[in-house]
Amino acid sequence: MDKMPAWADAVLVPLISILLAAILSALVILAIGESPLDALNLMVEGALMRSSGWGYTLYYTTNFIFTGLCVAVAFHAKMFNIGGEGQAMIGGLGVALVCLFIPFPHWSIALLVATAAAAVFGALWALIPAYLQAKRGSHIVITTIMFNFIAAAVLNYVLVNVLRPQGAMDPATATFPAATHLPTFQEMFATADNPLFRGSPANVTFFLAVLACVGFWYLIWRTKLGYEIRAFGHSESAAKYAGISPVRITIVAMLISGGLAGMMALNTTMGEAERLVMNATEGAGFIGIAVALMGRSHPVGIFLAALLFGFLYQGGAELALWTNIPRELITVIQALVILFTGALDNMVRMPLERIFLATRRRNG
Amino acid sequence: MDFATLLQVLDSTVRLATPLLLACLAGLFSERSGIVDIGLEGKMLAAAFASAAIAAVTGSVWLGLLAGIVASTVMSGIHGLASITFRGNQLISGVAINFLASGLTVLIAQDWFGQGGRTPSLMGSGRFEAITLPFAQALSGVPVIGPIYAELISGHSILVYVAFLMVPLSWFVLYRTRFGLRLRAVGEAPEAVDTAGVSVVGLRYAAIVICGVLCGLAGAYLATGLQAGFVREMTAGRGYIALAALIFAKWRPWYALFACLLFGLLQAVALRFQNIDLGGITIPVQVMDALPYILTVIILAGFVGKAIPPRASGEPYQKER
Repeated sequence: MDKMPAWADAVLVPLISILLAAILSALVILAIGESPLDALNLMVEGALMRSSGWGYTLYYTTNFIFTGLCVAVAFHAKMFNIGGEGQAMIGGLGVALVCLFIPFPHWSIALLVATAAAAVFGALWALIPAYLQAKRGSHIVITTIMFNFIAAAVLNYVLVNVLRPQGAMDPATATFPAATHLPTFQEMFATADNPLFRGSPANVTFFLAVLACVGFWYLIWRTKLGYEIRAFGHSESAAKYAGISPVRITIVAMLISGGLAGMMALNTTMGEAERLVMNATEGAGFIGIAVALMGRSHPVGIFLAALLFGFLYQGGAELALWTNIPRELITVIQALVILFTGALDNMVRMPLERIFLATRRRNG
Repeated sequence: MDFATLLQVLDSTVRLATPLLLACLAGLFSERSGIVDIGLEGKMLAAAFASAAIAAVTGSVWLGLLAGIVASTVMSGIHGLASITFRGNQLISGVAINFLASGLTVLIAQDWFGQGGRTPSLMGSGRFEAITLPFAQALSGVPVIGPIYAELISGHSILVYVAFLMVPLSWFVLYRTRFGLRLRAVGEAPEAVDTAGVSVVGLRYAAIVICGVLCGLAGAYLATGLQAGFVREMTAGRGYIALAALIFAKWRPWYALFACLLFGLLQAVALRFQNIDLGGITIPVQVMDALPYILTVIILAGFVGKAIPPRASGEPYQKER
């Protein structure tokens, strides 16, 4: 009786949090002498009113779905994986290696193998922090942060000293063979008289991300493993008492998490750049934190949150192009979303709870 | 490597260790009170920007320093509000602080100065000048000791000396004062402190403010001492290295000094020598970059000693109803 209804917890609290974040963002825009309404208009115009804008929005969305799911799996097991960034970098290395060194006859086979490689590489990068957490009690947050930096150093070394083509200046691999080219939305949906998605990077991996959402839902709510992960997340001692091995769940959940982060690299490395570059992840691993928090670790929420951030990213690029507002505005919005939906959750929740209880008392 | 090169490397070790040390001590106070702080990076960045911006506008580095401390303490306050008052997740709050600083600094810098997210270069009284200690000139002729005194110990800006003095001061405050005892107690057993009639919330906010001030010093040193002005993302992971040093030091002030000097040395070596040749085996520069993080993971794994954080760290304190 001392709880709010489920719908308020799942929908109302996040909505109010996002509203607060939006109001503060608007104040920030006002403070630097621009109009928030004009900015919003421009963002909607650039990201949603043209099919090429949608092409970029959905491209970013794809990244954020993967990293959001990555953080969410760990959240269900009550772990905080800040290492999505590093796991995605190493996942990209896996993608680059198979694309460069295996002669694929067709992109569909390349995509399957590259997906496996990305997931395995990402998962392996999460394995050491997971093992240290499970077996030696080293805090996973600190170890995954450290592994982000180690991943950056590894990638830097590999790109500068090993995979860089002879004579090339920038630290990047050679361009992947043409057979690994993934169909973009433009190639899939544009016709001669209706040029949709022109020049935009959204590609077939978007559908893979949607598939991952469905798979995530099935895994967490419809399988024994998912049940064990959630049970472990709710109460480690109860899970132990029920015969669930904490070591196994910690490691398996982190492997899945790392694998999902790694798969993000398919979109950026194979789908867009078609070679591995130094900063392929562009902070998407961290945005996954905001996405997972906002989406309440549920695939539907994560999809919507990823879409919102995809829109913000593309809209932010438009703002930087046409106004004096730099792209960093998106970083500020992202920070506010994390702050309000994550850290200041109780600030919204506690007054709301009070209101609900008060009205119930009056009625009952 | 000759003596002069060694001195130069050690000299830059001292410089590079200074921001790490200040940030590390900042984290020490916060985490000893039970508030985990992965927002050191963001606070330093905010302070670096605020100090450089105000120093550039007013021409006074001291006003800049003050602004840096204020900016960093405000960030600390947000962290305190989220993690103490509203009992939110401290890790998530820290992540938010880091992004907030990373975005806001560039946004404001672009709005104020229009130079692509940087402040104008600081000159003259806008920077902390090197201080020549007494007799440095006279003693520099003395073999070995003279150059060490004149180049290594003398000739740094005031914040470097402040940072190194903070080590015994922190030790004294934490281990020899009533406040320090309570601060350490609140990180281990807040319920005991509460039972004794001392405010848990008050102590934790005090720790958060100290953390903000020290991070402010660290950031101000970066922008007005080590370099001349703010550039975007200028902390470049130093907040995380400080965090690593804190774990490496097992949350103790004197160990923190040695950990920061070690990590500073690694940075100085990586800066000076690109690839190190050790009789046939070349150590690539990336290994030097990654070494602080690798060392921290090894320490955390408990293979070399055991790093045990304060018992109540990361857990919001709730009085029983």
